[in-house]
Amino acid sequence: MAGEKRADPDAILAGIKEEGRGTLTVFLGAAAGVGKTYAMLETARERLEDGLNVLAGWVETHGRADTEALMAGLPVAPPHHLEYHGRSFAEMDLDALLARKPQIVLVDELAHTNIPGSRHAKRYQDAEELLAAGIDVYTTLNIQHLESLNDAVAQITGIKVRETVPDKILEQAEIQLVDVPPEELIQRFKDGKVYVPDKAAEALRKFFRPGNINALREMALRHTAKRVDHQMETYMRAHAIEGPWSAGEKVMVCISPSPFAARLIRYGRRMAANMQAEWFAVYVDTPRHMPVGEDEHNLLEKNIQLAEELGAETVTIAGDSVADELLGFVKKHNITQIIIGKPLRPLFREWLHGSLVDYILKRSEGISVHVISGKSQPNSTPQAQTAGRESFQILPYTAIVLMIALLTVLAMPVRSYLGQVNIAMLYLVPVLFSAVVWGRYFSVVAAILGIISFDFFFIPPTFTFTVFDLRYLFSFAIFLLVALMTGTLSARLRQHIIYARQREARMVALYALSREISATNELEKALEQVAKKVYESVESQVVILLPGADNKLVVRAKSDAEQKILVDENEKAVALWVYEHGQTAGRGTDTLVGADCTYVPMRTEQGILGVLGVRPRDSRHLSPEQRRLLEAFASLGAVAVNRIQLVEQAKETHLLAESERLHAALFNSISHELRTPLTSIIGAVTGLLDEDDLYDSVSRRDLLQTIKQGALRMHRLVNNLLDMTRVESGYLQLSKEWCDVQDMIGVAASQVEALRSRPLKIEAAPDLPLVQADFVLIEQVLVNLLDNAAKYSGPDSEISVKALHNREEVAISVADHGPGIPEEDRELVFDKFYRLRASRQIGGTGLGLTICKAIVDAHGGRIWVSGNPGGGALVTFTLPLLAAAPEKIPESEPSASAGDGNGE
Amino acid sequence: MQVMAMENKSARIMIIDDEPQMRRLLQVALTAHGYEIRGAETGRAGIDQTAVFHPDLIVLDLSLPDLDGIEVIKQLREWTQTPVIILSVREQENDKIAALDAGADDYVTKPFSMGELLARIRTALRHAAGAGDEPVLTFGGLVIDLTRRYVAVDGREVKLTPTEYELLRILAVNAGKVLTHRQLMRTVWGPSYEQETNYLRVYIRQLRQKIEPDPARPRHIITEPGVGYRLV
Repeated sequence: MAGEKRADPDAILAGIKEEGRGTLTVFLGAAAGVGKTYAMLETARERLEDGLNVLAGWVETHGRADTEALMAGLPVAPPHHLEYHGRSFAEMDLDALLARKPQIVLVDELAHTNIPGSRHAKRYQDAEELLAAGIDVYTTLNIQHLESLNDAVAQITGIKVRETVPDKILEQAEIQLVDVPPEELIQRFKDGKVYVPDKAAEALRKFFRPGNINALREMALRHTAKRVDHQMETYMRAHAIEGPWSAGEKVMVCISPSPFAARLIRYGRRMAANMQAEWFAVYVDTPRHMPVGEDEHNLLEKNIQLAEELGAETVTIAGDSVADELLGFVKKHNITQIIIGKPLRPLFREWLHGSLVDYILKRSEGISVHVISGKSQPNSTPQAQTAGRESFQILPYTAIVLMIALLTVLAMPVRSYLGQVNIAMLYLVPVLFSAVVWGRYFSVVAAILGIISFDFFFIPPTFTFTVFDLRYLFSFAIFLLVALMTGTLSARLRQHIIYARQREARMVALYALSREISATNELEKALEQVAKKVYESVESQVVILLPGADNKLVVRAKSDAEQKILVDENEKAVALWVYEHGQTAGRGTDTLVGADCTYVPMRTEQGILGVLGVRPRDSRHLSPEQRRLLEAFASLGAVAVNRIQLVEQAKETHLLAESERLHAALFNSISHELRTPLTSIIGAVTGLLDEDDLYDSVSRRDLLQTIKQGALRMHRLVNNLLDMTRVESGYLQLSKEWCDVQDMIGVAASQVEALRSRPLKIEAAPDLPLVQADFVLIEQVLVNLLDNAAKYSGPDSEISVKALHNREEVAISVADHGPGIPEEDRELVFDKFYRLRASRQIGGTGLGLTICKAIVDAHGGRIWVSGNPGGGALVTFTLPLLAAAPEKIPESEPSASAGDGNGE
Repeated sequence: MQVMAMENKSARIMIIDDEPQMRRLLQVALTAHGYEIRGAETGRAGIDQTAVFHPDLIVLDLSLPDLDGIEVIKQLREWTQTPVIILSVREQENDKIAALDAGADDYVTKPFSMGELLARIRTALRHAAGAGDEPVLTFGGLVIDLTRRYVAVDGREVKLTPTEYELLRILAVNAGKVLTHRQLMRTVWGPSYEQETNYLRVYIRQLRQKIEPDPARPRHIITEPGVGYRLV
């Protein structure tokens, strides 16, 4: 069969259209037990015999012997096991299948819902991924699992099917109908040949009735027929044959931002259901009929949503003429039934240009046009709802009354001078004012009030409502008409202004965001700003996901921290889909509708950089306007992300070079520092070992001293390197305790061997307070400083240590009488591996002072180099006195008795 | 006198270290000083051998292939008071304190000088032999008479407050041994003062001013940075 299909031009066309994509073959059945799996396996075996690489990804034989027999010899991919709620579940191993890349994969039960924690929520998504990877997929499906038939199935069988497969999956598939006469199927069921899960046994018994089976079978047959029709349509389109051709019914409902449209939609739904037809809900967005104000936008959105919920494909077309766009759509999609609403009151313009309905009727030969009258809907126009209906607004009424009263009072004295016509003109002022400020409803109120007071105060007989001259009635009518028209126009203008302001606000938001994010070079900050701005503009909770390690999406920013926006695995799967496919998806869209958020790809020329997700408050859907704004924000964000990532890359490159330089310095320094003592150690040791008798006791001792010194030097180096590593890795943890500075100096002095034979002066103020410090690390600082002082000064010169304090800090300085440190080097000596030029011949790593600085910095102190007034270097560091040590110290109580007890 | 007797009888030392080179070095050096040596490679073997060999002192490495050294000390301390000297490359103060608090008598960091290790071994052995029981303790010019609560430096009596005396007494009784801050605080001020190390700093400074010839470079009360003090 597939051999014939391969010759089909349609298939060839499909092959060209979606290059590299696998073909989906669906074995469609009316109910469980018709033998779908059996048919699939049979076909698979044929393919296997043809020499194709077939792999069973997931096959459920339900223990049927004949089915299992077919499995023999088919390569099977082992499932992988997932833990969920403490139980282990087997699932199809998608990654293994993708890795093995066979030509055909068998995936049973397309409608299956995967265990949470799987890559995709649904198995059909797994199949999609296989197809995208260029693998052909054979799968099985019961007609009841098709999404569009869900309601119908529930109505017929009384069983609501939860696991559904979107229709578009099947639209791309080859369908092979597996059909069994109902009687035979019921017999099979009675014989126990149909797999029935234990729990559902009772429900299924009800399910397997001839009525149900017949209905389902009809659906399956019908669907397959529709598919064939669709293929024909594709063929005709491919060969530029103009439609329509009467192969199947297609219904189009024309919708508008009016409550009446909901009726049209329901009508369309019923008609489409009766005809088993595809149906569309079409809205034409023209500049003239642009929705005005929030209410109309919401109404339109509500209508679109309703249509989507009822299974329509919703389409928004932008164009100049509603009628032409509608007719264009009809042609393009071979619509056979048009449903359109009849406007309640024909407008002047329609008398002039002919109504929309007439226009369409004239130009839609061969198409049924259903015109639905809107009579029964009381509120046909949204404007009637908008102004002043929700609550009684006292201010406009008061203001109108006051304005008219004031006008009347002002006009009274000069009425003879002004004349009635001009006074009537004056009464138009409140009308226009009300229209602009409060809307049309109030303009009408102002007009009526105006006429009443005009009549009462100025039309003879004055101070009565009686009118002598009947011609005045005509004047009133004209006045009212003018008021109404100007009012309507200015109200409309006002709404346009409001709408324009909203647009402007959004543009300003976009502009502000682009300015703000171009000012920062920190990714986190930029993303936060994007999230914040989106949050403010769209009034939705926002989440931004960027690809992290191994291309998984990671939440990088949220609109606010404590919000409950949930980014679980399913949401991430949707986001990932958006990331991979570059299309908006999620809630309120037509893809992956189940998601909590709407996800918009963040796109630049480099590709998709991340995903922006929003969850509107109070569970509204986003309006098309908002979605466009969101897309603008997303692409702005993407540009920023791209820019910052490039900057970071550049920085990293620079850092890499820097660290390479440091590494080179490290290696030079270490190899020198390690080799020098090693050379002397090895030399001395080999000397002693090889020619022991050559040396007298004095020279032997000399050699041993050399070894000892070399070893100690290496020991120092290793310590320095370890300290440096600790500092660099951020592992420098202070264990602070109360320390006696004098004690620290004493301990450090005793550590430095070179100081044993040197004069050392220690000057410590007698009232030095205890400091909070890490004794060992500060001792290390002192040892390094003393060691340097000893190394860089004459062997007999004095080294002095001074400790002073003021209220904020203790300062400890080490001074020597060596050559000192040149002014220009005094900052640099704390850099890693920095060595004074003059001191190259003196051993050292150039790490000592770096370590000192790191330790002192960690304590919140400062360290600096200056000149010793008596010549030489002076290094000073400070330790802050953060808290005073308690003055009073209790005498120990048990001491006396313990001492006595021991003594006696 | 007692000490000499001990050494003549050739004290037995158990070495628990997993590095053969280290065991070999100690074997050679300590045998040369007249000690009888037994080596063990793992913590468990060390504990077992200790029960058989009855050493007078144990030299223990902290990084052992099977047990952690601290755990070895704890297990040993369940049944023996044999002095334990830790010989380890771990130089972090926490490790030292943990070992000493667990019951080790002294701590020597690798790399070490043989002279220092030998001195620590002698101190620990002397201590184990009950040297602290003597009523009059002499450290160079420093004399402490425990019976009379009398302290003198170079023959001149030094007046100490009760706390200073108690601190000095504890250090003197454990002469040569490192006492951690915690151990000192607990003994002198009581368990509730364990964290108040500033008391200790102040008293040590006062004590040094009274008994040290040069308090800036103390000779008797030696600071073990980050760990505690010892009296020599």
